[in-house]
Amino acid sequence: MAIDIDTARKVAKLARIRVEEADLPKLAGQLSGILGFMEQLNEVDVSGVEPMTSVTPMRLKRRADEVTDGNMQAQVLKNAPDAREGFFAVPKVVE
Amino acid sequence: MSANSWTISAARDALRKGEISAVDLTMSCLTAIDAGDALNAFVHKTPEIALEQARAADARLASGEAPAMCGIPLGIKDLFCTKGVPSQAASNILKGFKPEYESTVTSKLFEAGAVMLGKLNMDEFAMGSSNETACYGNAVSPWRRKGSDVALTPGGSSGGSAAAVAADLCLAATGTDTGGSIRQPAAFTGIVGIKPTYGRVSRWGVVAFASSLDQAGPMTKSVRDAAIMLQAMAGHDPKDSTSADLPVPDFEAALTGDIRGKVIGIPKEYRMDGMPEEIEALWQRGIEMLKDAGAVVRDISLPHTQYALPAYYVIAPAEASSNLARYDGVRYGHRAKLSHGDGVTEMYEKTRAEGFGPEVQRRIMVGTYVLSAGFYDAYYNRARKVRALIKRDFDTVFAEGVDAILTPATPSAAFGLGEMADVDPVKMYLNDVFTVTVNLAGLPGISVPVGLDHQGLPLGLQLIGRPWEEAPLLNYAHVLESRAGFVAKAEKWW
Repeated sequence: MAIDIDTARKVAKLARIRVEEADLPKLAGQLSGILGFMEQLNEVDVSGVEPMTSVTPMRLKRRADEVTDGNMQAQVLKNAPDAREGFFAVPKVVE
Repeated sequence: MSANSWTISAARDALRKGEISAVDLTMSCLTAIDAGDALNAFVHKTPEIALEQARAADARLASGEAPAMCGIPLGIKDLFCTKGVPSQAASNILKGFKPEYESTVTSKLFEAGAVMLGKLNMDEFAMGSSNETACYGNAVSPWRRKGSDVALTPGGSSGGSAAAVAADLCLAATGTDTGGSIRQPAAFTGIVGIKPTYGRVSRWGVVAFASSLDQAGPMTKSVRDAAIMLQAMAGHDPKDSTSADLPVPDFEAALTGDIRGKVIGIPKEYRMDGMPEEIEALWQRGIEMLKDAGAVVRDISLPHTQYALPAYYVIAPAEASSNLARYDGVRYGHRAKLSHGDGVTEMYEKTRAEGFGPEVQRRIMVGTYVLSAGFYDAYYNRARKVRALIKRDFDTVFAEGVDAILTPATPSAAFGLGEMADVDPVKMYLNDVFTVTVNLAGLPGISVPVGLDHQGLPLGLQLIGRPWEEAPLLNYAHVLESRAGFVAKAEKWW
């Protein structure tokens, strides 16, 4: 399936990656090539096959619902590009 | 032979006998690393940490209570989070990130006394097969074609790990493998690399690419070293819910060299159109070596093999698009400079456009597309069904008595850096054709160097084992290694 420029623009938007208008045709071409490669999967008879959801058959472990660590505000914020007064800071979200 | 070129097993024995100190061994690696900058393998050097750990290892060795990895100098792939040391998955989006925690794998290695020399180059977020997508620039293979000075790829994504081990900058290195990222670079550089069974090694603290496919493993100069190092890396970790709560066998003790009566499957679907004659001949030689050692060789069929690559390139980007959503310029790493009036959406979009390289952007967008409404069933769910069929192919042959499977590791020897720059991205993906099936099925796979091609470049074979049977797999690999007698080293030009 060929990806047109509008679809490429939409995918970039969904992925939250800015792509300049001038770069959209190249991106659309590359995405079309990759998705074309995937079309081969349509040759496979998958009727009655369940999608694989876990790699090795095992039950996830459970544990008591208790706090196991915490009180690490300084470490949590240490790598933030902008942290103020104990919070992550971002541009204004609500007018 | 200077100490940096030793194997882990030789160094372990020498350290225990007091023939060398961990500090001297570490110094010889640090010297080799500084002389090896042309390889661009080590991207963050940590000599202070290395010497401090080496001194501690010497104290432990003196007490006579030293585990096998005690005092062994290693390189660590940049994908592993190491406390207080840059860990940026070769991406600009994690520039400046210094984790406040240590990955389980590096913690375990350090508890066993291993020494960290520094962080190793790789493809950005482990997405690539040539180490050409790194924000640090290309890692360069120590190998060159006979009579040529063209720079070759060490493979990818664990390209820095492969180059560093092959060039004797360290004794061994950690790698990670999502579609072949340990085994392909190992094959390209004439070293050993094992991807364990999914769940054998904890993924905690390893930057996630595709969580249902990622596994860490050792990259070493011998199969014995792979057994020793995997021993220290493996085991259950409550912090990784997919890590298996199974006992870890003694891998080195499994290297008996006796494979009489073991059934080795040869899958006909791995004989690809246009495969170089040399790869075919190498495979035949491998078959003869195992037969000669008493194994029973059997032709088998894994009928869905050809669909593994397209299934992988749906599933891996889908998981990546979800995993990489966390890089938003808020909690760590890079944030784009914003213009007046930019809101939070512009911050995300600009940050991710600046921080991610083109291949990573492409894969995130492919993943976003295959997971988007209207395409989820057609692409993602269909790929997961094909994945189930690929796993079933393996389950069937194992149930029929096959103990391991022998295949080529790569469809060619290493190619030149830049040679693939203008080709369609899909061409690059073909590098993984023999290795992705193993990740999709969650199996252990090991690449063993077996010969040189006509240009003097290493070629490897891959052995694929049953789930959780790394121990016998290492034994088969050990037999292949001994019979092949691969001893070639890259001629030093750097």
